[in-house]
Amino acid sequence: MAETANRVVEAPLVPPSGNSGLLEVFRRRYLLKLLVRRELSARYQGSFLGIFWSYIQPAVRLGMYYVVFAVIMGGRTENHAIHIFAGLVIVHYFTETFGAGTRSIMANKGLIKKMAVPREMFPVASMLVSAYHVVPGMLLLTGFCVALGWSPDLVGVGAALLGFAIVAVLGTALALVFSAANVYFRDFGNIVQTLTQIVTFSVPMIYPYSMVADRFGAAAPYYLLNPVAEAVLLFQRGFWTGTTNDPAATEKTDLPDHLFLIGFAHLGAALVVLVLAQMLFWKLEKKIPERL
Amino acid sequence: MTESIVVENVSKQFTLRYHRTIKQMSVAAARGHKLSETFLALDDVSFRVEQGESIGLMGLNGSGKSTLLKLINGIMTPDSGKVLTRGRIAGLIATGAGFHRQLTGRENIFLNAAVLGMSEAETRRKFDDIVEFAEVGKRLDSPVGQYSSGEFARLGFAVAIHVDSDIFLADEVLAVGDKPFKQKCMQRMQEVRKSGRTLFYVSHAAASVQKMCDRVLVLEKGKLGFDGDVKAGIRYLHYDEPGETAEEHADAELGADV
Repeated sequence: MAETANRVVEAPLVPPSGNSGLLEVFRRRYLLKLLVRRELSARYQGSFLGIFWSYIQPAVRLGMYYVVFAVIMGGRTENHAIHIFAGLVIVHYFTETFGAGTRSIMANKGLIKKMAVPREMFPVASMLVSAYHVVPGMLLLTGFCVALGWSPDLVGVGAALLGFAIVAVLGTALALVFSAANVYFRDFGNIVQTLTQIVTFSVPMIYPYSMVADRFGAAAPYYLLNPVAEAVLLFQRGFWTGTTNDPAATEKTDLPDHLFLIGFAHLGAALVVLVLAQMLFWKLEKKIPERL
Repeated sequence: MTESIVVENVSKQFTLRYHRTIKQMSVAAARGHKLSETFLALDDVSFRVEQGESIGLMGLNGSGKSTLLKLINGIMTPDSGKVLTRGRIAGLIATGAGFHRQLTGRENIFLNAAVLGMSEAETRRKFDDIVEFAEVGKRLDSPVGQYSSGEFARLGFAVAIHVDSDIFLADEVLAVGDKPFKQKCMQRMQEVRKSGRTLFYVSHAAASVQKMCDRVLVLEKGKLGFDGDVKAGIRYLHYDEPGETAEEHADAELGADV
């Protein structure tokens, strides 16, 4: 028998799979950073233009929407291009988080099958990668607004941040649940694609909120139950209303009353959904390694 | 002595799915076939390991060795019973770590080390040693997808062995890799053992288990069939087999019979 040293291990006896969920993800920020960097480099690997694609894509998307909905169909509001673009940036953040997040666990199955890693890491990393891709859109948007003589106001910045927070929290919650569900049935990937199409048209982006209030009348508040619609309106408060001739009048006609109150309610609800999503994820993830 | 690994009445059931689409399911239901079948990969397994012990886990293919290792590693959780471990765990499950094929060897070393709980500074400190041990040379900056299976396995082992872990799990580590590398691994694992770390070694090679371990566990169809002395364990496993030929015996030490 070999001569062995006496190693004293101070750590307690615990289950090796011990998982404190999202808290664990934030405790291991270094690993999270590496995963985010990995996904970013993977996305532009072998491409000549690289990161510039994240500028080209939103610019083309904006151009397309602008030509169709503002030029061909006639703008419904002042600075309709900004109206569309402000919505597009935040909607795209949501659909990217939801879509990439849902695929995240399947995409990392090589790692998950072989190593013990908090699996919440992957949907959260997808959300952060999507957030990174919001930056080029935001720069373009800000550039256009400034060109139209807009200057940022504190309330507007607050509105945009609140809208961003709603989408970040809700997107993470949905990504968590759907990434786990997608391991059981790939159908969930298809469901997400269908849902993201609905989202694009269920928000006041290509049409203004004033039209919704007009057509729906008393039922309009139900439209605002959609958190993404609320986030879009907050973004329009942040960018679009400031570019119009009379911002106060635009806010009155094209934004709902109690915009911020509704926004904070949505943020609170999204946080509750996130907690529920984590609980559901704990249930689903138990069988993930054997299902991959 | 302190307990390093506690496994208590652990069972793990797997589901075999026959019919996954709604069409297949309804056809199967109409014909009266079973929709799914389950089997017990581990059936009421219990044992305790003290810190510093060196355990050889043996058994035929499909006896539940890798499942047990995944439970101890924390990749899977048991359906019933409990698994407890003390301290940091590193190791390899079924040859080759969780590498990303598009990432370079360098990026994979950092990612893998981070998953195993190493900090950036710690990885940088050990980076040269890891690279030297893996012997991947100039291929360090090409994607690991282009590596040969030997290089792939070497890199995985190199990262895992450099983690300052309290428990080291080695699953068929020597199945891939040439003879010099196998010898290097064996030597390194002896060092791990001598440093007082708990070693959990899965192998089909009786001679290497004999050299490396001071206790043997044998799994048989998910049940713990034997727990005790190394020699007795090897005898237990081979009890109904004819004697080894000289050729097999020479290979046995390095695990070439996998």
